[in-house]
Amino acid sequence: MFTPLEYEFFVRGLIVATLVGGLCGLIGVYVVLRQMSYIGHGLAHAIFGGAVTSYVLSINFFLGASLWGFVSAMLINIASRRRSISADAAIGIVTTSSFALGIALISKFRNFTRSFDAALFGNILGITQADMLAIVAVTVIAAAAVFVGYKYLLFTTFDYEVARFYGVPTGWIDAGFALLLAAVIVVSLQVLGVTMIAAAIVIPPVTARLLTNDFNRMLALSVCIGAFCGLGGLYMSFYIDVSSGASVVLFSAAVFLVALGYTSMLNRLNSSRWRAGSSNLGGEVESLH
Amino acid sequence: MLHPTPHEYEHEEPIVELKGVTSGYGGSPALESVDLAVNRGDFVGLLGPSGSGKTTLLRTILGAVEVYEGEVVVEGRSITDQRPRIGYVPQIETIDWNFPVTVEQVVMMGFTSNRWWLPWRQRRDYERALEIMERLGIADLAKRHIRELSGGQQQRSFLARALVGSPHVLLLDEPTSGVDIKTRDEVMHLLDELNHQDVTIIMTTHEINSVAAHLPWVVCVNGRVVDSGPPSRIFTPEVLKRTYNADIAVTEYMGMKLVAESPHFFGRNGNGRGNSHHVHSHGEREA
Repeated sequence: MFTPLEYEFFVRGLIVATLVGGLCGLIGVYVVLRQMSYIGHGLAHAIFGGAVTSYVLSINFFLGASLWGFVSAMLINIASRRRSISADAAIGIVTTSSFALGIALISKFRNFTRSFDAALFGNILGITQADMLAIVAVTVIAAAAVFVGYKYLLFTTFDYEVARFYGVPTGWIDAGFALLLAAVIVVSLQVLGVTMIAAAIVIPPVTARLLTNDFNRMLALSVCIGAFCGLGGLYMSFYIDVSSGASVVLFSAAVFLVALGYTSMLNRLNSSRWRAGSSNLGGEVESLH
Repeated sequence: MLHPTPHEYEHEEPIVELKGVTSGYGGSPALESVDLAVNRGDFVGLLGPSGSGKTTLLRTILGAVEVYEGEVVVEGRSITDQRPRIGYVPQIETIDWNFPVTVEQVVMMGFTSNRWWLPWRQRRDYERALEIMERLGIADLAKRHIRELSGGQQQRSFLARALVGSPHVLLLDEPTSGVDIKTRDEVMHLLDELNHQDVTIIMTTHEINSVAAHLPWVVCVNGRVVDSGPPSRIFTPEVLKRTYNADIAVTEYMGMKLVAESPHFFGRNGNGRGNSHHVHSHGEREA
C-alpha cells in the first residue's frame, strides 16, 4: 500500500494532485452554483488555444494562457449577460473558436518541439518545480480571494441582478472571478488535462451539494472532496496505470456515486419512516372511533 | 381591508421623485416621460398589464436601467450622485430555490455593501439580523434552507434582507404573486405594519381587487403613467381601459371600487348556461 510513497516524484505528485483537487473544488462551488458547469470544460479548451499561441509567440506559458483564459471568460460573461445569448451558447462560441485557433497553429507550425499531449490528457509526473510553485501560488491567492470576497461572491452567485441593487460591484466581482478561474485552469492543465478538467471542477461541488443545504458547509465539503479525490485518484493511477487526469476523474465519479447512493437511501428511509408514522396515526384515529 | 379610506398623510415631502423620466434597456425606452412623486410614508401600488413597465419603474428608482431623459431623485438627491438607500424585494419566482442558503445567510446578504472593506460580518450585523427576523417572526427558521419554508415565510426572509439596512423606501416586485390567499393577506398586513412604522412602500401588483383596491394610492402604468390617485377615484372604466386596453367593468362593494368579472363559461361542458357537469371518480357523469 505504501509502495508509491517510496518514489519522491510520486509523493510530489500526490501533494500537487491534492492541492489541485482542493483548488478546483473551491472554485467549482461558484461555477456550479452560477449554473455554468460547462465553463470549466470550455475554458480549458480556450486556454489550450492560449497555451499554443503563447508557445508560438515565445511568451511565458502561465502569463499568456492565464490572460487568454481571462479574456475568454470575460467574453463569455459579457455575451451571456445579453438577453439573446444563453450562457452555454456563449461558452460554445468563444471556447471552440479559441481551441480551433490552437489546433490551427499546431497544424501550421508543425516543427513543434513541445508535446501538447500532457496539456490535453494530463501528466502529473511531468510536473516541474515551476509548475508546482505556480499551483501553490494560485491556491494561496484563490483561498485569500474567496475569504476576502466571500460576501460579494455569495451574493452575486445567488442573485446577480439584485446584488447590483444592494451596491455590490458585480462587474468587478465577475472580472476577478474570471481571472481566478482562468488561473486555476491554467495551473491544473498539466495535472488533469484539457479534456478532464471540467469534471474536477464540477464533481466535488455537486457531491457536496448532495450532502448539505448550507453554503458554508458546501464550500468546505467541496474543497475536502476535491482534495480527497485528487489524492485518491492519483494513488489509484499508480495501481491501474492510467493517466493522472483520467484516474482522478474516475475516482471523483465513484465518490459522487457513493454520495448519490447514500442520499437516495436516506431519502427512502425518511419517506418510509414518514409513511410508517402516518399509518400508525391512521390506526390510532381508527381505534378512537 | 387594509385601508378603507386613503391615508391622511402626515408628510407632504416627496421621498421619491421622477421628473420627466424616459428609461429602458439597450436604447429602447420602456417608460416615457414619467412624472411621479411619492411622499414619505406613502403606500403605493403600481398597476398595469404585463410588459407595461411596472418593474422598469422600480428599476429606474433603483438606478438599474438606462435613463435617457429626466432625473430620478430619492431623499432629495439625484440617484446619479449617490446610490439611494432603498430596500428591494424581488419577485419570488426569480429566486433559485435549490441554491444552498439558509434564511440567516439570505438575510445577512443585506449587509453586503456595509463596511465593504471588512471580509467578515460583525456581531452587531448578526444582532440586527436577529432583531429583524424576530420582528418578522422567522427567527426560529434562521438555520433552515429557504426551500423548506412556506410561501409567506419565504417572502418574509427576503423582506428581512431588504430591511436590515434600515431603508426609508421599500420596493417590492409583485410580493403577492404565486401565493395563496392566506399568505397574500399575511404579506399585505406585514407591509401595512411596516408602512405604519414610517417605511415608504412602492409595490407592483397584478391583483386589482385583492391587493390594489386596498391600497391608499395606485399608479396605473402602461409605458407611461396613465393616472394616479386613490383607488376610489382611479378605478373607473375609462382609466382601466387606458391602462389595460380592454373594457373592464367596475362595481362597488362596501364603499370600495372593485373590478367586476363578466360571466364566462369555459370548458366543453360549460355550454354557456352555467350547468356544467360534475365528474365522478369512476367516470360517471351527473348533469
